[in-house]
Amino acid sequence: MTLFGYRVPMMASLLVWCVVWEIVGRLDLVFLLPPFSDVLVAAVSLVQTPSWQSATVTTLRAFATGMALSIVIGVPLGILMGRVKIADDLLGMWVNIFSSAPLSAIVPVLMILFGFGEKTIVAAVFLFAIWIIVLDTRAGVRHISPSLIEMARSYGASRPALYSKIILWAALPEILAGIRLGLIRGVKGVVIGQLLVAIVGYGALFETFSRNFRMAEFWALTIILFAFALLIAELIERAEAKVEYYAGARQ
Amino acid sequence: MGATALRNGPSPVPAPIDSIVEVRGISKTYGNVEALRGIDLDFPRGKLTSLLGPSGCGKTTLLKIIAGLIRADGGTVAINGKHVTAPGPERAFVFQDFALMPWATVMRNVAFGLELRGTNKAEREAIARRYIAEVGLAGFEDKYPHQLSGGMRQRVGLARALSVDADVLLLDEPFSAVDEQNRRKFQEDLIRLRTNQNKTFIFVTHSIEEAVYISDRIVLLSPRPGRVSQIIEPEIDRSGDPERIHRDRHYLDTVEEIWQGLKQYVE
Repeated sequence: MTLFGYRVPMMASLLVWCVVWEIVGRLDLVFLLPPFSDVLVAAVSLVQTPSWQSATVTTLRAFATGMALSIVIGVPLGILMGRVKIADDLLGMWVNIFSSAPLSAIVPVLMILFGFGEKTIVAAVFLFAIWIIVLDTRAGVRHISPSLIEMARSYGASRPALYSKIILWAALPEILAGIRLGLIRGVKGVVIGQLLVAIVGYGALFETFSRNFRMAEFWALTIILFAFALLIAELIERAEAKVEYYAGARQ
Repeated sequence: MGATALRNGPSPVPAPIDSIVEVRGISKTYGNVEALRGIDLDFPRGKLTSLLGPSGCGKTTLLKIIAGLIRADGGTVAINGKHVTAPGPERAFVFQDFALMPWATVMRNVAFGLELRGTNKAEREAIARRYIAEVGLAGFEDKYPHQLSGGMRQRVGLARALSVDADVLLLDEPFSAVDEQNRRKFQEDLIRLRTNQNKTFIFVTHSIEEAVYISDRIVLLSPRPGRVSQIIEPEIDRSGDPERIHRDRHYLDTVEEIWQGLKQYVE
């Protein structure tokens, strides 16, 4: 961003919005929006409460489990679809439908299947995250130069060697991009899942805060969540940049 | 080298006695396009044979059938008298687009053929190091492909093919993605390499000059369907300065003769 010819860092623009928030909050226009400073104070005291800490542990555990499942199942599924035409024909339609469908509508069904507990949250994370991982992995595998596969075959690569030494690596940039997008969707999944179940982790906290109009804490929790989502996306992006560096000269 | 078939000027030559690769009645059809029809060819041991022809004559298809990468619809390929339908350790392939692993160093790329065979790390890296030096890339072992020029990348591809110690090297237009100066240098190196290494080279190219410059034997293919139209053994002395070959009378005559023969296929 540039302002009057000066380069202004992104953080500065964020600061401007914080000031705007503070002013609007102080004017007391809407009771939904307390001043930003109040939200910060609430955030500091919130993270010290045992209820927040246990909710965070529950949420992170559900998120990590759901993500691990969607990566462990999604990447092989994407490779299969990229390599085997019949698998692609059979699954392609469904993966595309699910990746663009409003999945929040399915979460209540998950509750019936998995009960009012952590399993539902894990299932929601999985359901939100897996499709983009499958699609990106498939695209990555499709883009592998045919001569790289021929090279491996001509030097006598066995089928496991072909997959583990060539295909996985050649598709790695797209796989990582898929995982990054999957993580962001997974955060959505964990929040929506918990909100609907409403007795687990952050969902329970959100429910308590909004029902009792504790808006400062409500916003504090929202900001913590956003920061978390951005942080993991940033971490994966770092890893991607490293891989892109090697993949830069792909033929 | 090549003292057996010295004659006055280029001329068709009968099948030689000691052939390492024997191709019999190979045919291949893609959809309703007949790529190859009834190819019978022998490739003499220790010689460099070029497959030359206009685009669409099936020369790369034929090379990949010999490599075992493409299955023929009919006919057989025998290496050292043994029928083959799949890739094998007695053949090594050099790709037009280099086919290097961008995530691996020059060292790992060159040693990859040996890695797939299960050679232990120390041994395969010692072998790879030798061939990296042989193709003139000593000091570049830890570089990645994208840090190298096109010509250097193809040297990596060549070193990889040499390091598996195959009897037959199959080269699919290896210099077509390399700039002109590097191509010249590369051709000279290939002539030197063929003299040093006791290997058989099968070389696909669409460049008449390149084929005549480096080949002991040139197989001319005609397009649609691909068939053998002529076999030429250029009588060129390659022992001296490689630069001199470009001015050699036989070289120029052979290039001209092949051009006259191929002209009819070019609109």
